[in-house]
Amino acid sequence: MIDYAVSILIFACIYGLVALGLNIQWGLTGLINLGQVAFFAVGAYTFALLSKIGMPFPVGVLVATLTGGGFGAAVAMFTPRLREDYLAIVTLGFSEFVRLILLNEKWLAGGPDGIAGIQRPMTIAGFGSEVSFLIIVVVTLAIAFAFTRRIEGFPIGRTLRAIREDETVVSSVGKVTLAYKTRAFMLGAALAGLGGAFFASYLSYISPDMFGPNVSIYVLAAVLIGRQGSSVATLASTALVALLLEGTRILKDYVTFVDGVELAALRLMLLGIALIAIVAVRYGPRRAV
Amino acid sequence: MKEILEIKCLSRRFGGLQAVNKCEFSVRAHSITGLVGPNGAGKSTLFNLVSGFVRPDSGEIRFAGERIDTLSAHSVARLGLRRTFQIPRELKQMTVLENLLLVPENQFGDRIVSVLSQGKRVREEEGKNLQIARGVLEMVGLSEKATHQAALLSGGQKKLLELARCLMAKPKLLLLDEPTAGVNPTLIRHLMSVLRRVNESGVTLLIIEHNMTVIMELCERVIVMDRGQVIAAGSPSAIQSNKQVLEAYLGGVSA
Ligand SMILES: Nc1ncnc2c1ncn2[C@@H]1O[C@H](COP(=O)(O)OP(=O)(O)O)[C@@H](O)[C@H]1O
Ligand SMILES: [Mg+2]
Repeated sequence: MIDYAVSILIFACIYGLVALGLNIQWGLTGLINLGQVAFFAVGAYTFALLSKIGMPFPVGVLVATLTGGGFGAAVAMFTPRLREDYLAIVTLGFSEFVRLILLNEKWLAGGPDGIAGIQRPMTIAGFGSEVSFLIIVVVTLAIAFAFTRRIEGFPIGRTLRAIREDETVVSSVGKVTLAYKTRAFMLGAALAGLGGAFFASYLSYISPDMFGPNVSIYVLAAVLIGRQGSSVATLASTALVALLLEGTRILKDYVTFVDGVELAALRLMLLGIALIAIVAVRYGPRRAV
Repeated sequence: MKEILEIKCLSRRFGGLQAVNKCEFSVRAHSITGLVGPNGAGKSTLFNLVSGFVRPDSGEIRFAGERIDTLSAHSVARLGLRRTFQIPRELKQMTVLENLLLVPENQFGDRIVSVLSQGKRVREEEGKNLQIARGVLEMVGLSEKATHQAALLSGGQKKLLELARCLMAKPKLLLLDEPTAGVNPTLIRHLMSVLRRVNESGVTLLIIEHNMTVIMELCERVIVMDRGQVIAAGSPSAIQSNKQVLEAYLGGVSA
């Protein structure tokens, strides 16, 4: 039971990193990204491959983060003007593209078999492997959180929010909106890459089927439930989504009137209902401008 | 430099509509120049062309002697040519002050690296810009609304915010698209004195305006457009008695 709670917390922190990234892109800057899983996968595989050649944990994490950001920059550059409609298509397409490459290019990433034996960080003296990992990921999340909070509060955050509201205004005051948007997208992808590194390390085995569109949807849900552009709300709602998705698994032991398959369906229904309710309240007609 | 803005044979078509048709005029440096004409004459489109938001099909635009017709909007703005929008584009979810703090160029805090700094430099910079912003708000008469959300402003106040945003940048040439529309009459008088003061501080003004009192009192020269073309230019009194101008207004859609 405790082990299970630790594991949920670890996943929540990992998804928290990915969601914080999406929050910079979508929440703060208004850049829609339907394929955040792509950068998550890039980070995970980068870490896994580096782990295979014996790179130490911190190096792997750093390079995975940078690679995620690099891919983010590439996607940003291939999306004309980073316009919303193009972005939606490009990001969705790119995430499937990444997954198919990982699935089919055996020489690169093991194909459908994935990569096993990925390293964990060293355990912290006095703690077990799981708890050590939890501590490391919590610290990482805290640093990422402090970073994104600062972005929100600094003039740069104001410019990004202004771009979300009305790009024309930002151009009219002499700012190069495309440069800001590219950077925001890159940062968000880098955070997804960081999350991916922890994901690969924690599971010590990854395969392409772990990087389906549902991952993108879950983090989208987290950012949507949270208040747009707020890191605090993003993390809170990531925890909520993780709880709804994972926590309800625990119910299996207590709820006996439905079987496991039904419960699995119920969990997703619960998430769906929660989303609809929140969207109806938050983005209802009263708030429409 | 006598002419700060020179426009030559400028044209722009939207589908079947020739919105701006071989326009030709210039604006003298340090002047207040009016741009009038019936609705749909192409005045706002002309502003969009000059400010780089819309590309001309042909023709030339020179600002302080340099061609700007191929520059993008942000580059034009950086040269010191700023514009307001006919329909105010306030950033609704931000406060009035935040709307203005967006403007200053080359803010250190506006770069991502600043997030990794101690923050002292950013705070100092913000403090300085805040002072400038408060001064500008004082000038246009929006001080009381400084911390209000921009969405809550009245139509007239939003027009003042548009103006304030431009003034933040200390422009050389300011294009104002119907600055008094929706502003109440007492405020219009105030606004006129503000514009005069802005002009005296060295800013050239080109103003699209339907309010004839404003035109008569402020402008030393008026340019009249109709159906995409400049049909007259001269002193306000000469324009008022120009037969072609009267016809354009009477014949046009309600002006
Ligand atoms: N982006 C656009 N696309 C299509 N038509 C436009 C566009 N902008 C302006 N127009 C048209 O060009 C004409 C001139 O408009 P505008 O410049 O706004 O006139 P004014 O400001 O003098 O009232 C109008 O008929 C308008 O409908
Ligand atoms: Mg107009």
